[in-house]
Amino acid sequence: MKALLRLSFLLMAALLMGPLSAQHEGHEHPEAGTVQADQAVHDHADHAHADSAMAATTTVHEAEAAHHEEKKGFDAGTLIMSHIGDEHGWHLWGHTSLPLPIILYNSERGLSVFSSSRFDHGHKTYGGYLLHDGHIAATDSPDGSDAHHATINEELTKATWDISITKNVMSLFVSVTLLLIIFLSVAKAYTRRAGQAPTGLQNLIEPIILFVRDDVAKSAIGHKYERFLPYLLTAFFFIFLNNLLGLVPFFPGGANLTGNIAVTIVLALITFIIVTVNGNKHYWHHILAMPGVPGWVLAILTPVEILGMFLKPFVLMIRLFANITAGHIIALSFFSLIFVFGETSAGAGYGVAIGSWAFTVFMMCLELLVAFIQAYVFTFLSAMYIGAAVEEPHHH
Amino acid sequence: MLLASLVEPSIGLIFWMTLTFLTVLFILAKFAWKPILNGLKEREASIADALNEAKRAREEMAALGAKNEELMRAAREEREVLLKEARDIRDKEIAEAKGKAKAEAEALLSRARADIQNEKKAAIVEMKNQLAELSIQVAEVILKEKLADRAAQQSLVDKVMTEAELRKS
Repeated sequence: MKALLRLSFLLMAALLMGPLSAQHEGHEHPEAGTVQADQAVHDHADHAHADSAMAATTTVHEAEAAHHEEKKGFDAGTLIMSHIGDEHGWHLWGHTSLPLPIILYNSERGLSVFSSSRFDHGHKTYGGYLLHDGHIAATDSPDGSDAHHATINEELTKATWDISITKNVMSLFVSVTLLLIIFLSVAKAYTRRAGQAPTGLQNLIEPIILFVRDDVAKSAIGHKYERFLPYLLTAFFFIFLNNLLGLVPFFPGGANLTGNIAVTIVLALITFIIVTVNGNKHYWHHILAMPGVPGWVLAILTPVEILGMFLKPFVLMIRLFANITAGHIIALSFFSLIFVFGETSAGAGYGVAIGSWAFTVFMMCLELLVAFIQAYVFTFLSAMYIGAAVEEPHHH
Repeated sequence: MLLASLVEPSIGLIFWMTLTFLTVLFILAKFAWKPILNGLKEREASIADALNEAKRAREEMAALGAKNEELMRAAREEREVLLKEARDIRDKEIAEAKGKAKAEAEALLSRARADIQNEKKAAIVEMKNQLAELSIQVAEVILKEKLADRAAQQSLVDKVMTEAELRKS
């Protein structure tokens, strides 16, 4: 029965994964084509960029014309995507951005470190690089030349490692600084006031720590929970804090860090490594040869179980990413409705604003709940997977 | 393209995320989670200890109370016993004293009675003796009177002689 449940769960996960990866691949090809054909279609890095698939088939002038036409209208999709995506420099308001360091490395030019303001919002080249569709590309044009007309050095671009402090990285730094400040000060309170009743911040944090310890780690892992508690607590508070920071609409919040797949992939990978490293004989035996299952079923079940090993962290990664990103998209969509309607007439804009505002507030409240739930779900499932890996065989 | 950029993880962010997260994990594990979890565990242990202590103290108090009760009861019982014993002793002594007094009184009485009896006998004997003496004296006087002349004496001798002879025959 349990195996059957697991099987159906895995099938579901596989089905969910299918369309996603298909989309991923489907979009990769036009993009690759775009880069070669289109060097002219650019805009502010953090603002609307033209549909590259279209640009790939049009001439530069046509593309620019189309682009300018598009720019007149309000492009909700681009706005939303730029808000949930990453960027070099942190857009604060209007044309004001916080410049962030750009760090690039390739074997040909070595390490390059400079401010993102050198790109002038993607209009200029600097140090042999330019900003193309929000991504760094290498160029052979001299510094300060017009980025829109510079040629991209494809080979060098591919060989360049971009480890710039982007908006998300900056947000990551802000959030971990907050985490460190909060928890180190709370830890100090525990050592200074050992054995006494909690006060202040301790009071806020302690129930959550106890929740993670008792209802997540202890209940999912069992008596071996203590070894995994530091990771589970760190993951929980990291995700929770970043989910909350993502809901703050202004600097230093507003980055969509836990809705970024690079972040969730790292978290899921750490869970995967912990599970795999700590898996005991019992765990591997269940994966490779489920006891009590006839041989011909094993031929199906074992590949599924092995697939499941990788699907578990994959699903962890997708769930957090999709939930947080979807929340941001929905909240921003309601918000964008105001401007979409406002374009037709100001009255309609104001009229819609009331409803949009109400819906956005509703979404924000929902997202507050989701912020906690997703942190909980990620931690709990991680704990479950770890629990399955360290579980001792039952005595029948 | 937009979605592709969303699901395409950027190397830079992966790099910084891994570096930062692992560093934070290490720092928090060493300097935050360890003291916090230890502190929580210690506090829980101390609370549990205090509760146990209180429970034990309460139990001890209850036991002490029961013991006191027991002691009180035992003391009361002992007092009862002692009182009873004392009463018994008193009663016995009184009874004994009464018996003794009675016996003594009886002894005295019986002695007195015996004395009286003896005195009576002695008095009777004496009376008898005095009576005999008196009768002898009276007889002497009478005899002296009667035997004053010869004839009377002779007649008496004769009478006695005849009587004696009569008796012989």
